[in-house]
Amino acid sequence: MSEAKKESLFSKKNKQLISGPINKTNPVTIQVLGICSALAVTVQMDNALVMGIAVLSVVAIGNVIISSLRNFIPSRIRIIVQLVVAAALVICVDQILKAYVYDVSKQLSVFVGLIITNCIIMGRFEAFALGNKPWPSFLDGIGNGLGYSLVLVVVAFFKEVLGSGTITLPAIGKLTIVPESVYSFGYENNGLMLLPPSSLIIVALYIWVQKSRNPELIDK
Amino acid sequence: MALDRDSNVYTVAFATIMVVIVGGLLAFVSMGLSPAQKANISNEKMQNILQAIGIPETDGIIRENAGKVFNDFVKRRITINYKGEILSDKSVSDEINLKDNLDAFNIDLRKEYSKFVKPIMNKYKGDKEKIKEELSKSTNIHFPIFVCESNGKTYYVLSASGKGLWDDIWGYVGLNSDLTSINGVVFDHKGETPGLGSKITEKPFQSGFLGKKIADENQFMSIQVLKPGKELSKHQVDGISGATFTGAGVNEMLKRNLEVYYNFFKSNPEFSGNQPKEEVIIETVASDSTLVSVNDSIK
Repeated sequence: MSEAKKESLFSKKNKQLISGPINKTNPVTIQVLGICSALAVTVQMDNALVMGIAVLSVVAIGNVIISSLRNFIPSRIRIIVQLVVAAALVICVDQILKAYVYDVSKQLSVFVGLIITNCIIMGRFEAFALGNKPWPSFLDGIGNGLGYSLVLVVVAFFKEVLGSGTITLPAIGKLTIVPESVYSFGYENNGLMLLPPSSLIIVALYIWVQKSRNPELIDK
Repeated sequence: MALDRDSNVYTVAFATIMVVIVGGLLAFVSMGLSPAQKANISNEKMQNILQAIGIPETDGIIRENAGKVFNDFVKRRITINYKGEILSDKSVSDEINLKDNLDAFNIDLRKEYSKFVKPIMNKYKGDKEKIKEELSKSTNIHFPIFVCESNGKTYYVLSASGKGLWDDIWGYVGLNSDLTSINGVVFDHKGETPGLGSKITEKPFQSGFLGKKIADENQFMSIQVLKPGKELSKHQVDGISGATFTGAGVNEMLKRNLEVYYNFFKSNPEFSGNQPKEEVIIETVASDSTLVSVNDSIK
């Protein structure tokens, strides 16, 4: 997302829309949204990456749609409209994954469908897209999607290295990170890292590191 | 805005138009992508069947290639029911018609279990005799057999489906031409615990099945997955630590399904000649001229 920054489209305010959610207003670690999927799909790096891309595209495209329709959406059914847009996009994403990255879609299984219930999406539609023009909304979607993906990938990295001793990347496959010699010294993969609770621990550590680097984020 | 966004008419009209547009869009996407999705599913099935043969030629086969070479290995597709009656028997020259529900290739393992077997097992919980009786009455339960050939040797790929700890598990078992020793297995699952039960899909667990026997002295003996670290007989396989219930599910599924196949092979003269004890085969072949012709037709 580092396209030409000289354009006025990327004014300081607009850049903030992308960089903010990655760090200081991160949807997962600061706003604590979308935690559920962060716990579930982070056993392998490739799952986390694909899930991140899926959420990113849904929230970015959805933001643009909602924002372009913002003057036409009847306010009484606006939540339903948002839900329909999110659901339609998620179904499209699910179908595309099934057709082109079948293995990953099998592993993500139900969690792709559950993107609909990801609070980040409805949160951004309602809080940002309904009140802003399409371009800032698009950037906001990208920013939030990236913020979500970043947390997912970081969590998945630690979970996979500590839990299985490997890194799985799309198109590259499984790479063994922990060498065989370490195992012969008695090192064991940590089974807890493969289960959802370990994500909570890693997300908590992430928040700790993030807040100690940005003291203004600490609740008084 | 000239439009009154709060009026009922506008709201209803907006909702209607939105539903029509979204519905049309989704139908369009689904139709456009369904050929690719169906090809993925069918290729995956072919990949699993080929891998279950357990020969080096098909071992590392990737999904995209499975469709191309499927017919080079799989020469016959037979469907039987619980009683061992043949319902469909297709040779390699019969193309796979996705609409023919009896074609062995089209049998959906998971559906077989969850739609037809599970209700019976839940209804007569624990009463083994009654379950067997009801299962044999059901006309919906089908068992596919894939007769495969490679380098002049014949292999039989059978299927099994059941329930693990959380959700369905299923798989293919490849038998040698003696119809008792296992040459390869492939398992898959819907939602077993990642890193524990989900390891049934991985090589270390599956390779434990190789060379194990499903029968002893003409008596059916299913394969047992034990807790890890025990001494193993030729009917037992090392399990996975922390996945006791998934292992129990594999046991149950193999026992229920393989027994049907074993009885079928035993009772059907076409196959019973293939079972071990060479002398017996020679004797029967010599005394039974019809069997000779049947055996010839297989080869």
